[in-house]
Amino acid sequence: MSDFTSTEMMTIAAARALSSKDVCFVGIGAPSAACNVARLTHAPGITLIYESGTIGTAPDVLPLSIGDGELCETAVTTVSVPEMFRYWLQGGRISIGFLGAAQVDRFGNINTTVIGDYAKPKVRLPGGGGAPEIATSCGEIFITLKQATRSMVEKIDFFTSFGHGDGGDHRERLGIKTKGPTLMITDLAIWKPDPVTKEFTVVSLHKGVTREMVQETCGWTVKFADDLAETPEPTELELKTLRDLNERTRIAHSGGKAA
Amino acid sequence: MANFVPLSQAISENLHDGDTVAFEGFTHLIPHAAAHEAIRQGIKDLTLIRMTPDIIYDQIIGMGLAKKVVFSYAGNPGVGLLRRMRDAIENQYPRAIETVEHSHAAMANAYEAGASGLPMAVFRGYKGADLPKVNPNIKSVTCPFTGEELAAIPSHRPDVAVIHAQKANERGDVLIEGIIGVQKEAALAAKRVVVTVEEVVPDFKGLHPNLTVLPHWTMTAISVVPGGAHPSYAHGYYARDNAAYLEWDKVSADRELFSEWMKTNVLDAAPEVFAERVKGL
Repeated sequence: MSDFTSTEMMTIAAARALSSKDVCFVGIGAPSAACNVARLTHAPGITLIYESGTIGTAPDVLPLSIGDGELCETAVTTVSVPEMFRYWLQGGRISIGFLGAAQVDRFGNINTTVIGDYAKPKVRLPGGGGAPEIATSCGEIFITLKQATRSMVEKIDFFTSFGHGDGGDHRERLGIKTKGPTLMITDLAIWKPDPVTKEFTVVSLHKGVTREMVQETCGWTVKFADDLAETPEPTELELKTLRDLNERTRIAHSGGKAA
Repeated sequence: MANFVPLSQAISENLHDGDTVAFEGFTHLIPHAAAHEAIRQGIKDLTLIRMTPDIIYDQIIGMGLAKKVVFSYAGNPGVGLLRRMRDAIENQYPRAIETVEHSHAAMANAYEAGASGLPMAVFRGYKGADLPKVNPNIKSVTCPFTGEELAAIPSHRPDVAVIHAQKANERGDVLIEGIIGVQKEAALAAKRVVVTVEEVVPDFKGLHPNLTVLPHWTMTAISVVPGGAHPSYAHGYYARDNAAYLEWDKVSADRELFSEWMKTNVLDAAPEVFAERVKGL
């Protein structure tokens, strides 16, 4: 397949990182699409968990919110929100947390709280929701976002969710026992943290993407791996699965009365 | 026997100026009709607790009736930002509000601690996060057995919890099913509980014994308001009105449009309109 968008490539590259043995805490938006494409293609056994308490959900359409009825109707079980956060997340039963970001830095620290000063914000964003504890309690964290200099920044305005902090062993020094961000997938590239410094490094460019394109849309000086790869383009099955899912979702959510 | 009363009476008798109130519902069963009644009655200086403030708190804040909001995710679920709440935070319009911000895990733990009669919640959280720097109520305790440092926050003990549920039986026991959120914990943490329900049935015989039921003696007032969760949904009764959430993004973006919308759809309306709003959903 050669006819695909960069957003489709991002979603499909993210989907490929998931497997049937994963138990995944799903954020809304791009993470949700990626997780469900994985479930509908190579990872049918994956357990998807949304913070509304739905465990092992298999929605036919992507939810508009984390608490859509579809998630509950297709779930193995639905638990209360306190149980979700205590037994399942804090209890260490979730292998992967999949997060989006308004701002991210080179160490995978995420801001979804404010742009500007907290007390007098330029833009008040929704806030952390489940993310602060997802970031530290899941076995590892995948991040997905579209590249832009306003979102991939040298210094985030607020630490909503801790990634690798200042890099190195910062997590261990805070007593955090989980791995933190191990993968970042954008519309242009796949990034992995350096094993020692924990700085995110580009390991694979999507087809047609140059190093310059990655640097121009990133607010810090980008490091590229020595053995830089090219991300395999979407297969026909992957692309069809994603497009069908998006189309079912569009039809389902155009309902309602106020329109 | 619980107290079945009209919604106007349930609110006027239980929610007062200056109260701390939790209108709860996690994307499902959000008590819109009850929140509109509180707005109609002009009950003011409220401290609002809620994990995901969403449209109803946007409306209460936009009408200038809140002095403080305790929350963990101030978004219009699946759509974007809460524009009236942002206007209050960024521009102090129509009045300044105090905000106390937590994570979801913290809020859920605080409700559970409140329901448990504990003064605080203890959990593994906020590691490396900036919220403890801006919220003085986030502290830490050391586990006396392992030495692990854990987050500690005060429990939620609202004066009033307001929830919407699928059904009550004639005795006043209340049943919630589907995504149950934190409603049970919020109700048991509060001094008074107001619940709106879709319908009243004679009894709960034949239902699964493990369904979430709040016994009648934990309820202060019950009002029957079919459609009372619109535009959120009631599992088994009607679906989410996604278009209404998208429409709210436009309405709430403009101060005048907001005022007009509130006058037509809330101030000049009554709880009975909700049944009409969910027809066909």
